[in-house]
Amino acid sequence: MRASQPNMSLQRALARIGRNWGLYLLLLPAVTLLICFTYKPMYGVVIAFKDFSPALGISGSPWAGLKYFEKYFHSYQFAVTIKNTLVISLYSFVLFPIPIIFALLVNQMRQNYFKRVFQTVTYMPHFISTVVMVGLMMILLSPGNGLIGHLYGLFGAEAPNVMGSAGLFSSVYVWSDVWQHTGWDSIIYIAALSAVDPSLYEAATVDGASRWQKIRYIDIPMLIPTAITLLILRVGGLLGVGFEKAYLMQNNLNISGSEVISTYVYKIGLLSAQYSFSSAINLFNTIINFVLLILVNWVSRRYSGQSLW
Amino acid sequence: MAATAKQAWPTRKGSTSDKITEVLLYVWAAITLIVVLYPIYFIVIASFSDPAAVGNGQVWLYPKGFTFDGYLELLKHANIWIGYRNTILYTVVGTAIGLAVNLSAAYALSRKDLFGRKALTLFFIFTMFFNGGLIPTFLTIRDFHLYDTFLVMVLPFAVGVFDIIVARTFFQTSIPGDLWEAAQIDGCGNLRYYVGVVLPLSKAVVAVLALWIAVGHWNSYFNALIYLQNKNLYPLQLVLRDILITNQMQSGMGTGEAAQIAMRLANMLRYSVIVVSTIPIMCFYPLVQKYFNQGVMIGAVKS
Repeated sequence: MRASQPNMSLQRALARIGRNWGLYLLLLPAVTLLICFTYKPMYGVVIAFKDFSPALGISGSPWAGLKYFEKYFHSYQFAVTIKNTLVISLYSFVLFPIPIIFALLVNQMRQNYFKRVFQTVTYMPHFISTVVMVGLMMILLSPGNGLIGHLYGLFGAEAPNVMGSAGLFSSVYVWSDVWQHTGWDSIIYIAALSAVDPSLYEAATVDGASRWQKIRYIDIPMLIPTAITLLILRVGGLLGVGFEKAYLMQNNLNISGSEVISTYVYKIGLLSAQYSFSSAINLFNTIINFVLLILVNWVSRRYSGQSLW
Repeated sequence: MAATAKQAWPTRKGSTSDKITEVLLYVWAAITLIVVLYPIYFIVIASFSDPAAVGNGQVWLYPKGFTFDGYLELLKHANIWIGYRNTILYTVVGTAIGLAVNLSAAYALSRKDLFGRKALTLFFIFTMFFNGGLIPTFLTIRDFHLYDTFLVMVLPFAVGVFDIIVARTFFQTSIPGDLWEAAQIDGCGNLRYYVGVVLPLSKAVVAVLALWIAVGHWNSYFNALIYLQNKNLYPLQLVLRDILITNQMQSGMGTGEAAQIAMRLANMLRYSVIVVSTIPIMCFYPLVQKYFNQGVMIGAVKS
């Protein structure tokens, strides 16, 4: 009797799968793609601990232990890349409330037609590609003949070379993101605000609440859950300054302020073909992000009762 | 309740302060509109202007020395048009594949009677936070003989876990469960139900995903930079990178009349190419906007 019990539950499981076989067929393409192109490379991560040579393959290459991690920790680039990556992420982290404020203000607009036009216009820059965006910045911020050059010229001053300055790199990176994405990032908050029960506002008006009081006591509490979720995700990406924009904005003049982990991984890995070294840096980065995410999620669950999973 | 609320919110005298707030709000909105629109407007007028006038700072509000030379110059660069064609192909094929893969997975995961639903969901979510990284992924693509092929741009990275979560939430909240029970009684299978009933009821989320995936394909250059070598396969963004950024760093070198003319044309090209590459994708958005608000709101409530 006992022996047949696991058999029974297995049979039941198979019956449940069989009844919905169509659903598994629907899952098949996505699962196959993830196994081939996301999970298989996860196994490939072991090359960070090996002296990988393409001729020997992943399993044939000799083990190297933590050699490449130590190499990174002791390299000159370690401090530079970590510092630059942290500065940029913390900078944009501090500006996190901007889309929230934006949404609160948009929500105050009473003219529906104007509000719609305003939203559509402020979404538009989001659709500009990173390449065009950086090209645009190079045109507008050129000290010689860009808009900024002429603007300084009006006051008879010499414009700084914004795109070629290591010190200004993080500011240019972060504020151009604000210009491009604030409208778009506010959508989710505007959606949350539209879910407020109108009778709440009516009751507040009857009680003589001012606009600011309604924002303070009705709107802001409404946005907090969404904001916390997005904040947790943001912390999980703290060491994940995107490759695309940073790489395009790099030049010889600003490189000491613009080399971030992801661009360094690319240069070491694909441009100078040090596969194991590059994978070690990449893995270090991924692990830090992963640990941060788990940590922040735990803190959030503990103190606000909210968590990602 | 009303009494305590009254204490917390003392009545304001008249509406003058509200009126000032109203005025400040619209002043802010006007400034924001100018800050957002002016750079875009400037590029458009500069693309129709004499590059010398642009360089001297004479172009502020309208084109000076009106000319189509920048656009005529575009016609001479075959690589731009090859890139354009490739990008359209990648976008159309990639969006079709992406929609098929992600919507089906999302629907299956939205069904509560799916055996192993929790484990499968975790299988997807885990990839959002952990991945093999650049080099292992690169080696995998090479092992599959996808390096430098058309397919690498549309197939391997078609799964978007975030898209799946949004679509799953949509299916869960807006497709009534009784519908499936009724369909089952009529002898309708899972696949026919999904294609014939669920998808037609989900136009909003299909539109949202199509927009996200299409914009992603149109604008990305990373995969092309890593996995493509053959210039005939280059998407528009990689060609733009050469024109707008790589060449830009080398310009300013060389003197003489030929170099001057070349620089003049290169300058004009920068403006016209931005206009031609960016306007289509910007116009695409208002077309799906009506579905968009619906779709995002439903997705936003939970995720």
